[in-house]
Amino acid sequence: MAYQENEKGFVETMKKFTIVMLILIGIYLALPIFATALYAFSTEWNKTILPEGLTFEWIRTLFQDARFIEAFGRSVLLSGSAVFISILFIVPAIFVIVLYFPALEKWFQASVVMVYAFPGIILSVGIIRFYSGTSLPMILAVTGVYVISVLPFMYQGTRNSLRNVQGRQLMDAAELLGASKMDAFRKVLLPSVYPGLFVASLLSFSVLFGEFVLINLVVGSRFETVQIYLMAKLSTSGHIASAIVFVYIVLMGILTLVMATLTKKAKGMRHA
Amino acid sequence: MNMSGKKGVLLILVPFALLMTFFFLVPLIHMLMSSFSNSDGFTFEHYQEALSSSYILQGFKNSLALSVVSAFIALVVSLLGVYAMTNFSEPVREKLLILSNLTSNFSGVPLAFAFIVLLGNSGLFTLALDSFGWDLSFSLYSWSGLLLIYIYFQLPLSIMLLYPIYYGIQQQWKDAAALLGASPLMFWRKIGLPIILPGIAGTFTILFANAMGAYASAYALTGSNFNLAAIRIGSLISGDIFAQPELASAIAVLLGVIMIIGMLLSEWLIKKTRKDLSKR
Repeated sequence: MAYQENEKGFVETMKKFTIVMLILIGIYLALPIFATALYAFSTEWNKTILPEGLTFEWIRTLFQDARFIEAFGRSVLLSGSAVFISILFIVPAIFVIVLYFPALEKWFQASVVMVYAFPGIILSVGIIRFYSGTSLPMILAVTGVYVISVLPFMYQGTRNSLRNVQGRQLMDAAELLGASKMDAFRKVLLPSVYPGLFVASLLSFSVLFGEFVLINLVVGSRFETVQIYLMAKLSTSGHIASAIVFVYIVLMGILTLVMATLTKKAKGMRHA
Repeated sequence: MNMSGKKGVLLILVPFALLMTFFFLVPLIHMLMSSFSNSDGFTFEHYQEALSSSYILQGFKNSLALSVVSAFIALVVSLLGVYAMTNFSEPVREKLLILSNLTSNFSGVPLAFAFIVLLGNSGLFTLALDSFGWDLSFSLYSWSGLLLIYIYFQLPLSIMLLYPIYYGIQQQWKDAAALLGASPLMFWRKIGLPIILPGIAGTFTILFANAMGAYASAYALTGSNFNLAAIRIGSLISGDIFAQPELASAIAVLLGVIMIIGMLLSEWLIKKTRKDLSKR
């Protein structure tokens, strides 16, 4: 009995310890974000522990800076095009393989793992070595690699939604009822996997929006994205840099919340 | 479906195959070949150079140490954190996961900057400690500084990967074990942990690979000064001093081999977990 009492005590202590740990994780993850946000809105913050005053000046300066607006536009254009091309060419391939050639799926999964395994630093060497001798503009080469590098997210999202709606049976049923393959795809299958696909696209976009290695090594300041602009401001103006990071965090936060809401909705639909 | 229909559908795979070939396979194969060649043809000299340079080997050692330590700490901490989440209802747990996902995109250059704000030379904590008259002799621009940043971007990934593994343990198993007289501690020691162990090991290798390939945070913090394998590749290919693309290719191939071994290991371990979890 004494042993059991002992163990109960141990489990209780353990429980308290893990909750403290969870709180510490929360603080550790939140602290850099709050500090940067506070810095983005503070007037002077060089000697005192807390900022001397609050101001919108840095954010305003940032949004009046044409260089930032252009960099933002380039980031959206680059990540957006890569995701768009991926939806146009990669997603249909995933559909076809999952629905009609399950035997090929093993190979497809192998390429997904390969893509996942090779980080940007390795790919950038390959891209520089291969495309620097060709006439293809480097920015297009980077776009191409971006299209491939979101493959794991696109595959995961598309396959999961196809499994959830039992895609093959849905297609067959629609065709049995007289719809052509194209119609069955457009009017039946696509609407039912749309939320999952949209979440996968948003995830891919947010990953690419934060990409720095490839664009910096392969193209550099000739195509200044938000990340490269931030890198340039890092050593020159702390307040402007923190304003950029603040805008970036807000954008990522919005994207994450949209994704979470959509995923929850999709789950709710399935349970209903 | 008739044959011609199936063939038509197969055409949809062509653009994907082309993209995969030209923006993934060909550049990587080209890199592999260039790592084995010089002006005279085939050679091992770049590998010899890489493996005999104490500077490059040091870079690999630093990368390995940073990756193993950051993966281990993040794994242990998030295991405890995910366990603590059992105390909350499912909606609360989901909200916690969303918060953790929020930070998962916070890495690279923005993250390095956030840590500069906190712990840099005139960072928030650095100044606060200074004003108390404390000198921790801690530098963000060192191995331990990088470790803090690496742990930061490993944590959300670790939580995201461990959560489903942990909740794959079914309540029925716990109830059954309890009915048969097992205490919670016994359940975890004899049943729970053995089942999720491969999943934990798989998570560890993914975290390890994640850190091995990381480049942006270290680059933003110290430029090319901190010696990591990824940083060496970057400075050899972009030619901060002078570019040596063949040597960069050789180091990249070596790093790639480490990544592939890691991924194969994690795939195998995760498959094993799935099999064990679906066995009832």
